[in-house]
Amino acid sequence: MSRIELRGVSKDFGNTPVLNDIDLSISPGEFCVFVGPSGCGKSTLLRLLAGLEDPSAGEIEIDGVLVNHLPPARRNVAMVFQSYALYPHMSVHQNMAFGLQHRKLPSDEIERRIADAVRILQLDSLLQRRPRELSGGQRQRVAIARAIVRQPKVFLFDEPLSNLDAALRVHTRLEIARLHRALGSASMVYVTHDQVEAMTLADRIVLLQPLAGRRGAPSVAQAGPPLDLYHHPANRFVAGFIGSPAMNFVDARVKSLGDEQVVADASGMLCAARLSSQGLTPGEPVTLGIRPEHVVLGQGPQRARVSHVERLGELSHVYLDLPGASTPLLAKSPRDDIAIGELLAFDFPAQVMHLFRSDGVAQARGAACTATRSGRVKSQWYEPS
Amino acid sequence: MRPRGGLAAQRVRHAWWMAAPMLVVLAAVGGWPLLRTIWFSVTDSDLSSLGDYAFIGLENYVGEYGLLASPDWWQAVGNTLLFTALSVALETLLGLGVALLLNQPSRLRTLLRAALLVPWAIPTVVSAKMWSWMLHDQFGIVNHHLLALGVIAVPLAWTADPQLSLFSVVLVDVWKATPYMALLILAALQMVPVDCYEAARVDGVPRWQVFRRITLPLIMPGLLVAMIFRTLDALRVFDLIYVMTSNSRDTQSMSVFVREQLIDFGLVGYGSAAATCLFFMIALLSIVAMGLLGKTVERAAR
Repeated sequence: MSRIELRGVSKDFGNTPVLNDIDLSISPGEFCVFVGPSGCGKSTLLRLLAGLEDPSAGEIEIDGVLVNHLPPARRNVAMVFQSYALYPHMSVHQNMAFGLQHRKLPSDEIERRIADAVRILQLDSLLQRRPRELSGGQRQRVAIARAIVRQPKVFLFDEPLSNLDAALRVHTRLEIARLHRALGSASMVYVTHDQVEAMTLADRIVLLQPLAGRRGAPSVAQAGPPLDLYHHPANRFVAGFIGSPAMNFVDARVKSLGDEQVVADASGMLCAARLSSQGLTPGEPVTLGIRPEHVVLGQGPQRARVSHVERLGELSHVYLDLPGASTPLLAKSPRDDIAIGELLAFDFPAQVMHLFRSDGVAQARGAACTATRSGRVKSQWYEPS
Repeated sequence: MRPRGGLAAQRVRHAWWMAAPMLVVLAAVGGWPLLRTIWFSVTDSDLSSLGDYAFIGLENYVGEYGLLASPDWWQAVGNTLLFTALSVALETLLGLGVALLLNQPSRLRTLLRAALLVPWAIPTVVSAKMWSWMLHDQFGIVNHHLLALGVIAVPLAWTADPQLSLFSVVLVDVWKATPYMALLILAALQMVPVDCYEAARVDGVPRWQVFRRITLPLIMPGLLVAMIFRTLDALRVFDLIYVMTSNSRDTQSMSVFVREQLIDFGLVGYGSAAATCLFFMIALLSIVAMGLLGKTVERAAR
């Protein structure tokens, strides 16, 4: 059981700030995913935990022990590298045994651990092979097995699936989730740029934002359970990053304020949002946000022309030209017969609207908004403003 | 299998045309002189009258005064082998050390890498002459400093003393060729994936074990190539030894022996026999070395 504690951790490379002011606590047995776009420092954060980099400021504690100056070997962590980092001249068996031979373990204990890992990851037939004789997925499994035999308190995964093809990625994702359940007590810290991996694997997501040109801004944009980030993004960055395709943003001005209700004017289109109106003033410029899956098509007071359609089979991505907007509005629809040029009715249900102030901070959404957790947004939720 | 298709045949024909100039030049500057030398080695040809010779069979090799019965030849063979063994061993060890140092990230690395090449870039005749002067028994800077420091009581004749001269020649060769070794080994070191080292760090593998079990096996093919290059080079050594110690029997290498017989004594037939022996020795060693290397690389690539 081990808790990881980060307090005020920052990291600069020379004059380039990479991570800033990270306060984070990872519980024992938790599956924590660091996610963010390229250059947000998520891999660097993982390397700080591993001890491959030193923090420029702040404290890192594992299991109540300050590890800032402990070498990687004494932190009781095991890492799975993006490139697998298998020793190319050693067999699969040697790759697993090598790290254990320096820990003064009796050889029957080493063999027992290897046998366990081999069973869990189904490597039986590969033991005598060299890494170059393995496929990408097999190498990945060997890299994970090499981490398992160490029986660490913390597993660190650095984009472990990014070098696999799409089908294998889904499969290995399942295996990692299964592994986390099987290993129970060990914490896992997992870095990825793929939000689907983050959403599906994480107990908690830590979304990092790049610091480029924003010295002083904290690195952590939001940390929380995946659905919290999805339903209650703390700011525009989180809202735009989580969700695929990305949330639509529409510039607007506050028109009127009510109790738990904000009405905004987006180039003449009036949109109601079921949100706290606290701190807003009429006339204030804001950004409205709505996810493509929440836009209601085929009914409602608004009309727009279809500019493009992407048919994915199970659903279609419909692009609508909004008056006064530079980018088309994207909506998901189960219909596959929508034609380009068609004039479609659409609606923004008030419960699913997000609203961001000019500094990007999201207006708090009431508990009613989480109703979307229980199912698709239904058109009867529409309330005329 | 012969390519049949029009396009494949065209490509093969094209390749031959591209290679032809090189093959012609090789035949002219390599093949022809080699055949001439082998032919001369079975004659009694003389430098003063090259055209006037007689075929004498293997007399130059196995005759009463033939090469294989000559103590001077065997001394030259022994000198060459000792020189090769000593210099290649020292250059490998030192080169490995320097390469490991240079492989550490440092702002000076590029500068050091360039500076390192200086001894290798200086023409051998120049550096040999330079070292001759530095090692001069009366006026040399080496003796001067060693005397001043009290390491030696009387000046040493570095290049004339039979006990010291081969050692001095090896020393200068090590000075000159270590950079070459270091650069080749550095290239091999930089091919070792960084994440292997990081994985070993996270696994807590001690440094010495990392070197022995990860670095060394992974650079072995590169290291062997460098050693084979240097060995073949050292077996042909001529300029360094000739400039520093002239024809002294104590340091005379096979190449110096060949030149002495051919030019100083004018014995073209006999000298050619020695040159032919030298050629076949190196050829044989090359073939063995290539075979060995092929096996190592194959094993590493498996």
